[in-house]
Amino acid sequence: MALGLGCSARPGSSRANRTGSWRTFRPVFVHDKCSRCGLCIQVCPEGCISEGEGGLPVPDYDYCKGCGLCAEECPSEAIEMKKEEK
Amino acid sequence: MMEIMEGSHAVAHAVKMCRPEVIAAYPITPQTHIVEALAEMVANCTLDAEYITVESEFSALSACLGASAAGSRVYSATTSQGLALMFEVCFNTAGMRFPVVMSIVNRALGAPLSIWNDQQDSISLRDSGWLQFYAEDNQEATDLHYLAYRVAEHKDVLLPAFVCFDGFILSHTYEPVEMLTQDQVDSYLPPYRPVLRLDSADPVSIGLFAAPDYYMEFRYLVDRALKGSAGVIQASGREFGEMFGRDYSALVEEYRLEDADCAIVAMGSICGTVKDAIDDMRKDGIKAGLLRIRTFRPFPAEEVRKALDGVSSVAVLDKNISLGAKGAVCMEVRDALYGTQIPVQGYIIALGGRDVRKKDVRNVVDLTRSGKGDIFYGLRNEVLK
Repeated sequence: MALGLGCSARPGSSRANRTGSWRTFRPVFVHDKCSRCGLCIQVCPEGCISEGEGGLPVPDYDYCKGCGLCAEECPSEAIEMKKEEK
Repeated sequence: MMEIMEGSHAVAHAVKMCRPEVIAAYPITPQTHIVEALAEMVANCTLDAEYITVESEFSALSACLGASAAGSRVYSATTSQGLALMFEVCFNTAGMRFPVVMSIVNRALGAPLSIWNDQQDSISLRDSGWLQFYAEDNQEATDLHYLAYRVAEHKDVLLPAFVCFDGFILSHTYEPVEMLTQDQVDSYLPPYRPVLRLDSADPVSIGLFAAPDYYMEFRYLVDRALKGSAGVIQASGREFGEMFGRDYSALVEEYRLEDADCAIVAMGSICGTVKDAIDDMRKDGIKAGLLRIRTFRPFPAEEVRKALDGVSSVAVLDKNISLGAKGAVCMEVRDALYGTQIPVQGYIIALGGRDVRKKDVRNVVDLTRSGKGDIFYGLRNEVLK
């Protein structure tokens, strides 16, 4: 994060805030159960889940805060929240 | 040209000549005459500015912050409860580095409700990141507005500024004031060229969230800019003196201090009375002198230390009280003199409009010389039981 005058920043600069370190529980994606509906991508408040190969969701753990919304909403129960080992 | 003017009207005319593009203010005693006069100028098309009527002081300063973010030179004025309502926006304006200039017509804070003068209002915002100037008379109250814009908008400062002057004592008093001409003001104060502004062609977010990793660094940068503004005030004040004959290069004023035994430290209009009292005391062989602090933020610790070097006692007159501790100026002066052996006595004085007479100043000097201080001066006996 650049220290812009007056706490200012240009578009895209929030990438510098790697919020993944805030996480207590990590969403683990069980691809065997995944129906590839993409709901987890839509509900992620950080926008840090993207569509990967074959429509499978790919989380970006640099930014995932571990809120668990994806796991809560997944119709196939294909996302498990596992305690982070720190 | 020398004119006899009410303090508020002199300030309003000075502000007009600074060519503010946006004014947002909410009327409150004793500030009202300033914004009334400016509103009239806008209505009569003698001042080309947007005058935004708002429903509160919080909105007034918020509108100023927004207008400054859009790249305008902006102005507001308030006092007392109005400034208290602006508290949050004051910190944001400084943090976002917008050079808003605001007149503070100093008045006591409630409760109890008081419309009369002391300096509790602006002193209570001392930690907000704004520059704070205190005027002794109406000449200075007008001049400090030109200086305030010049310093606040300097590329190395970019911080907002209060120009403080005592409610009623200055704002409602007619005094001779030498008004600059528009050409003179234009030659001293160039049009505002914003360094940081909202522009859809070049998007930027201002006043962002900062995680613990970065918050302290932003605060450090504001502190560094505010401390660094001292040099800009000196240079801009010197230039003002060269152009118009009144020099504001020093952050403090010394009066008969060179051979003084007891130094009085004070801010604002009370200093006129103190100077007269000093002249009387000198005739009676009492070597008193005055150190008047004109710039309270940034605090001129080094100038205070130099000016008070060699005196045997110091009396600080505070028209404010940090309840549970001491007067704000007293604490700063003690801090500046840390490591010296000079005793500093603090006096809380003139709160809520109580008059200070020459004999009070002499009493304070007597108390200081006998080592009695850190008191509310002149309290009624019934509260001391």
